[in-house]
Amino acid sequence: MSIGPDEVKRIAHLARLAIRAEAIPGYARELSSIIELVERMNAVDTSAVEPLAHPLEMAQRLRDDVVTERNQRERFQAIAPLTEAGLYLVPKVIE
Amino acid sequence: MHSKTIAELAAALAAREFSSEELTRHYLARITSLDGRLNSFITVTAERALAQARAADRRLAAGEAGPLTGIPLAHKDIFCTEGVKTSCGSKMLDNFIAPYDATVVERLDRAGMVMLGKTNMDEFAMGSSNENSYYGPVRNPWDTRAVPGGSSGGSAAAVAARLTPAATGTDTGGSIRQPAALCGITGLKPTYGRVSRWGMIAFASSLDQGGPLAASAEDCALLLAAMAGFDERDSTSADRPVPDYRASLNDDIRGLRIGLPKEYFGAGLDAGVARVIEAALEEYKRLGAELVEVSLPNSALAIPAYYVVAPAEASSNLARYDGVRYGYRCAEPKDLLDLYTRSRGEGFGPEVQRRIMVGTYALSAGYYDAYYLKAQKIRRLIRDDFRRAFAEVDVIMGPTAPTVAFDLGEKSTDPVAMYLNDIYTVSANLAGLPGMSIPVGFSAGRPVGLQIIGDYFAEGRLLNVAHRYQQVSDWHRRMPAGF
Repeated sequence: MSIGPDEVKRIAHLARLAIRAEAIPGYARELSSIIELVERMNAVDTSAVEPLAHPLEMAQRLRDDVVTERNQRERFQAIAPLTEAGLYLVPKVIE
Repeated sequence: MHSKTIAELAAALAAREFSSEELTRHYLARITSLDGRLNSFITVTAERALAQARAADRRLAAGEAGPLTGIPLAHKDIFCTEGVKTSCGSKMLDNFIAPYDATVVERLDRAGMVMLGKTNMDEFAMGSSNENSYYGPVRNPWDTRAVPGGSSGGSAAAVAARLTPAATGTDTGGSIRQPAALCGITGLKPTYGRVSRWGMIAFASSLDQGGPLAASAEDCALLLAAMAGFDERDSTSADRPVPDYRASLNDDIRGLRIGLPKEYFGAGLDAGVARVIEAALEEYKRLGAELVEVSLPNSALAIPAYYVVAPAEASSNLARYDGVRYGYRCAEPKDLLDLYTRSRGEGFGPEVQRRIMVGTYALSAGYYDAYYLKAQKIRRLIRDDFRRAFAEVDVIMGPTAPTVAFDLGEKSTDPVAMYLNDIYTVSANLAGLPGMSIPVGFSAGRPVGLQIIGDYFAEGRLLNVAHRYQQVSDWHRRMPAGF
C-alpha cells in the first residue's frame, strides 16, 4: 500500500510529530517503501497461527501489593525543563 | 597493556605488574589521542574512572578482588548512569543526566569495573551504521572510510581500536552482533530476559537485550557472568541461575552438531564473506564438529515482521518524550499540542521519526490486524523454525552480516537497503534466542564475523564453541594498524 502526503500528515499528527511541509514528500516515499517491505509478510497464510507476543511465552510475574518506591520528586524534577512549587509546567490548557 | 585480554589484564593486576590506576590512565590517554579519528565516545568520565580505579586498587591490595576488579570498560550511552549524561545518541536526551544507574551498570560497578565513559550509538539504537547519531558518525578503525556497524557502533569501534578492553551494548535486531562483526571483535546477545533491561532506555521491549562486546569469547564469558541474573525491577527478567560460563569454555566440542541454514548462504551473501565463513566452518570440522544442513524456511519473513514489531513497540515506548518531564523542550510553545509536536519534531532525528511513524501507522485503527497481528503470527513461525532446527543440531552458524563494512554515506539515503544489513540477525531477536559474532578473517581488508546462534539460555555453549575456535586462531588478537 502506498502512503500519500495526507496520510503522512495524519500519521504525524497521531504520533505528535511536527514535520516540516517540505519533508512530507520524502516521508511519503520512504514510508511507502518500508510498508512495501513489510507487506512481503502477506506471502504466507497465517490464518491458523496463534500470534506470539513474548519470545519465551512467560507469564507475567506477580508480586505483593506493597509500596516499593519512595518519593523522589525533587530529584526527578531537577532534570525537568520547567517546574514550579513541585509541579511540572505546561502551556495553559483551559482558558 | 592494551593488547592484553581481560583475563590477562586481571592476572597482571593480581601480580602487581601495574595498578588499575595506571591501566585506566593508559586507556584514557589512548582515548584522548586516538578517538578524534573514530568519534566512538560521547562522554569520557576521566575523574570518575580514576576514583573507581583507586577504589579497585584498594580492593586488589586487600585481596578482595574478583575477576573484573580494576578492569576498565565503556557503557553504550543507552544505559542510565547516575549523575552522567545519558543521551541515547539523541538531541532529545542531550541534556539528560540520569538520576539512577541501570542494573547492568550497577552490577559491573559492584564487580569493581572502571567506567571510562559512554559510547556513541545510532539514535535510540535505531540503525546499522552509527550514522544516525546526533553526535555524528563513528568510523571503523580497520578503515576509517567505513562504518563500524550499528547501533552499538561506538562500543564496537572503541573495543576494536583497544580504547577500552570491553564495552556494553544492546541488541534489538543485531545491534551487538553486526557491529562486532564489522569491527572484528567478539559480541554476545544473550537470551531475551537473561540480562536486566532496567535502566536501559527502551526501544522495542519484547526484543531489546543487553550484552558484552570484547576481544574474545573468554572476555565475554567474564562480562556476561557479572551482567546476567534475575532482577525483580525488570518484569521480563528470567528467574533462573547464571551458570559458570568460564568453567565450560574448554569443554570438548568433538561431535558438536552445527546447523547451517541454507537460507543464510543463498543470494544476497557477498562472495568474499562466504569464502571466509566456509574457511571458519572447515576449522570447526577439524575441531571435530559435524556440519549439518538445516532449513529455517520463514527466514525471508523476518525483516518484514521485525519492521512492524520493532517500530510498533518503539512508537509506544517513545511516546514518553513529551517535553514536560525530562529531555528536550521546544522554545515558546503556544499550546500543549505545540509543546508535544515541536519538542518531538525538533528533538528526534529523521530515522527515529520514520520508525515512530511506521509504528503508529501499523497500530492505527483499521491496520492492526494486517500489520501488527500478522507480524506476531510470523514471529511464531520463525520461533518454530528454530525449535525444529534445535531438535537436530546443537548450534546454528552462518554469516553475521551479508557484507563487510560499507563506506559512510553508501546506504544512508535508502532506509530499506540499510535494514537488509540485519537479514541474518533479526530472527534471533524475534525468537528470543542467544547469538554471538566472532571474528573469522577479512575480505577486501575488512573484518568478517561468524554468527553462532544457540538454543534458549545456551550462552555457555555458545561461549564454549567460540572459545575453542579462538584457541586455534588469532583473528580475535589482530589489531587495526594505526591504533
